[in-house]
Amino acid sequence: MPVISYIDAVTQAIREEMERDENVFILGEDVGKKGGVFKATQGLFEQFGEERVIDTPLTESAIAGVAIGAAMYGLRPIGEMQFADFIMPAVNQIVSEAARIRYRSNNDWHCPIVIRAPYGGGVHGGLYHSQSVEAIFANQPGLKIVMPSTPYDVKGLLKAAIRDDDPVLFFEHKRAYRLIKGEVPDHDYVVPIGKADVKREGEDITVITYGLCVHFALQAAEKLAQEGISSHILDLRTVYPLDKESIMEAAMKTGKVLLITEDNKEGSVISEVAAIISENCLFDLDAPIMRLAGPDVPAMPFAPTMEKYFMINPDKIEKAMRELAEF
Amino acid sequence: MENNRHQKLGLSDQDVLEMYELMVLARRLDERMWLLNRAGKIPFVISGQGHEGAQIGAAFALNRKKDYLLPYYRDLALVLAFGMSPREVMLGAFAKAEDPSSGGRQMSSHFGQKKNRIVTGSSPVTTQVPHAVGFALAAKMKKQNFVSFTTFGEGSSNQGDFHEGLNFAGVHNLPVIFMCQNNQYAISVPIEKQLPTKSIADRAAGYGMPGYKVDGSDPLEVYRVVKEARERAIKGDGPTLIEALTNRFTPHSSDDDDKAYRNPEEVKNARQNDPIVIFGKYLIEVGLLDEPKRKEIEERMKGIVNDATDYAEQAPYAKPEDALKYVYKE
Amino acid sequence: MSVEKILMPQLGESVTEGTINQWLVSVGTKVNKYDPLAEIITDKVTAEVPSSFTGIIKEIIAQEGETITVGEIICTIETEENSTEVEQMEVTDLQENSDTSEKEIRTPQKQRYSPAVLRLSQEHDIDLSKITGTGRGGRITRKDVLNYIANNKSTDIEQETTTHQENSIQQLSQVNEKDSLAKQKTKSLPLHNPTSGDIEIPVSGIRRAIATNMKKSKQEIPHAWMMVEVDVTNLVQYRDSIKNEFLQKEGFKLTYFPFFVKAVAQALKEFPQLNSMWAGEKIIQKKDINLSIAVADEDALYTPVLKHADEKTIKGIAREISELTQKVRTGKLSPDDLQGGTFTVNNTGSFGSVQSMGVINYPQAAILQVESIVKRPVVMENGMIAVRDKVNLCLSLDHRVLDGLICGKFLKRVKEILENMSQENTNIY
Repeated sequence: MPVISYIDAVTQAIREEMERDENVFILGEDVGKKGGVFKATQGLFEQFGEERVIDTPLTESAIAGVAIGAAMYGLRPIGEMQFADFIMPAVNQIVSEAARIRYRSNNDWHCPIVIRAPYGGGVHGGLYHSQSVEAIFANQPGLKIVMPSTPYDVKGLLKAAIRDDDPVLFFEHKRAYRLIKGEVPDHDYVVPIGKADVKREGEDITVITYGLCVHFALQAAEKLAQEGISSHILDLRTVYPLDKESIMEAAMKTGKVLLITEDNKEGSVISEVAAIISENCLFDLDAPIMRLAGPDVPAMPFAPTMEKYFMINPDKIEKAMRELAEF
Repeated sequence: MENNRHQKLGLSDQDVLEMYELMVLARRLDERMWLLNRAGKIPFVISGQGHEGAQIGAAFALNRKKDYLLPYYRDLALVLAFGMSPREVMLGAFAKAEDPSSGGRQMSSHFGQKKNRIVTGSSPVTTQVPHAVGFALAAKMKKQNFVSFTTFGEGSSNQGDFHEGLNFAGVHNLPVIFMCQNNQYAISVPIEKQLPTKSIADRAAGYGMPGYKVDGSDPLEVYRVVKEARERAIKGDGPTLIEALTNRFTPHSSDDDDKAYRNPEEVKNARQNDPIVIFGKYLIEVGLLDEPKRKEIEERMKGIVNDATDYAEQAPYAKPEDALKYVYKE
Repeated sequence: MSVEKILMPQLGESVTEGTINQWLVSVGTKVNKYDPLAEIITDKVTAEVPSSFTGIIKEIIAQEGETITVGEIICTIETEENSTEVEQMEVTDLQENSDTSEKEIRTPQKQRYSPAVLRLSQEHDIDLSKITGTGRGGRITRKDVLNYIANNKSTDIEQETTTHQENSIQQLSQVNEKDSLAKQKTKSLPLHNPTSGDIEIPVSGIRRAIATNMKKSKQEIPHAWMMVEVDVTNLVQYRDSIKNEFLQKEGFKLTYFPFFVKAVAQALKEFPQLNSMWAGEKIIQKKDINLSIAVADEDALYTPVLKHADEKTIKGIAREISELTQKVRTGKLSPDDLQGGTFTVNNTGSFGSVQSMGVINYPQAAILQVESIVKRPVVMENGMIAVRDKVNLCLSLDHRVLDGLICGKFLKRVKEILENMSQENTNIY
């Protein structure tokens, strides 16, 4: 099976879907000739032309709003926000409009858009090129939020998102773009939205996380295995709505749960995961639920010292996992 | 006849009578909703009284079998013209299960009905403007000869979505018509505190499209300008911004008391420009309407309004647990 | 014919009442549906309320100027129509339907103990099988256990005493009988069979109190331990240089211990986390810094309290320690002297100890042992070897309340303060 990078999986998924369905098109800043600032849409402009790979003005609200209009007509737009940090002007369109269109029209209208955005830190991006923004959208029924960790999941989930009949926010970890490589079939397949995935089976502790932190946790688990600590790792993949059954199953498997996010701690996606576990798994818990997250400061600072302090890394995870294992 | 403007514009006698009837229907439905609100039967009304001329003139210039309408909350006359029935309007006012816009989920006058290509809207203003651009983009991409037509108040012309939407449409030369119904008040804030310019239409120049200012009390004039805009759009000549000057005869909504900020004299004067009166006079001038005919129309419309009220009042509400339906595709 | 009620309408979101400004009809007036009845003023709007019926005004209930709650009757109308309250009936019907609550399948919960229940059962040595649960599925709730404890407390103590008495009788008379051991296992105290030459010492009240406290502390508090080494050469020099003059002037000895107590009090002020206690659902951080000072006499250990230690001078601390020690030796400690400690400092160095693991003075969160000051060769920063006065400070901490990081910071601070104590920058007054 071919081994490709995380970002190539993005491009491959879009290309295949555009070949498969002529209603699929892209709009965003620099997505055309340049192929995107991260090159996620490279080659698509040449292949599909400027009508289906649209360079827009700097206009996030219109990227979302125009996509919503086109989607209500019956097209399948993929809007790109250049950085997740820049999605804020589009929040009204995403939250007040996309998320509510099916509900408010009593199923008369629907809005099959995908909004892609690179998120996450560890790339010297400072406050406004490092953020995780999922929590802002993760209490908006009507939206789905997908945050894959592996190239395989990227391709399968992005294809599923494009074919989905409801709005999907697809957040790609920008540090994973070229750091993470993996086997990806070159044929068509989809990974279902809303299903978490066990990335490692284990007995002693359960780690539940998503995005780049999945890889960090896997690295830490490998090290701890040498000390005889066996870790069970669940990759959420879809952070809204959450896969409650898989979360409960993973928590109950070991009774000791570590939740990890790169986002600020309070009110984060893992806070909801913790709530699900406490509501359902009290008698199966063997330790207090433990959370490892970014500190509660507005965003990731630019200077390397402070960035490193903020950012989750394999060492921090290993330490937390060991602490939990020893409890 | 010298004064016969409608035939020159390509409208038949039957067309203009239909226009007049729809304007009257919209007004009487609107008035009934206020009474129902004051009687404690419906919780909320937001009005289009005074806007009927602009709305009906525009509706008849569009292809009501093909074009997409992205209305705002004052567009009662427009949605009636696009095919929403008086009963359906009242079902929305009473928040009943059969309400076509939302099944009783949204406040009244948040119109939407897919079969009539009336696109669902929300309460945060101006969000529909980029949506209209999206429909127009779809028309261009799929080579369909429809236009999208969206309306909003002059207050909305200050929102980011107005500017982002017009700019996008201008850059991509899309078949969309933006019609601002300028009634000179954003709830209580008068026009001079909303705009540094005299005209909304002037803003079109910044987005590379023509901008027209028309008398919204004259449906024929609005018809002419919108028809022209539609022809340009279909030909591939891009978007148009139209500013229709209207009057708001009522407070902003049933929750508002406009005596606090508006001189009653001003409303009284505005009513001199009632589009229904003006258009009625025109129809009398051209010999299409007389007093008995006018009374007959009023009686007929009253009957329709009564029927719609009774039907909606007795219709069932949605089941409580229906609140859980249709968050996602089911 | 029927009589219909006209109710005060809700005119606007958030509006709860309206005032009748003027009636536009009177009793006997014939009205058509939608004819105006009255002008009503609310917080949001002034409006004419129309009739919902055609008929004759029968009764005007709300008077002009009267403020009426939304939904109350303002007048009645006699109509020829038949009353229709379709709408309201529908709403009630639906609500009733939705109220039919779903029946859950409830699994027996008797054996499922919550962490709170388990902890209580361990602390109070309770056999949970004896408790009847009142929770769903027979689950034993925290309250069930608390009630059980409250109800069984008095009888428990009685039982304990009787068992003890029985035991001692049995021990004396039937030492070798095995069945006595079986009976004795009701209480957790392990019993030893004395052999000849052993001396049995009856447990005094004070000894029993110490035993209970120590046991409670060790059983309940997860102890963790850490130690730092402090260079007190300057402090030793300073104290040695003034001790004679001090004794002459003040009439009591100036030992090293008050300096340590002062340093601890100051550091506690900066790290109040250590000046706290575990209280089950919460951690209580104490405002006052009251230091328990461990003072031993021949038979027992007392921990009299030096209140508001942070507000006292070294001399003040020295005087109070001297007085408290005196009280211990002469048996004059009052209960008040023993109350309210928030942290304990133990002068283990006075017995020559250089390293020890203190048992936390329950319910405090930590105890600091000040060990002997000893002379040691030390490699200095410039690479030379020097003889320095060194002392170990050993801290036992309640790991529920505190973590290594904060305690490390605290010890580092104490060390810093002590190492900076010298003639130049320390005033004992």
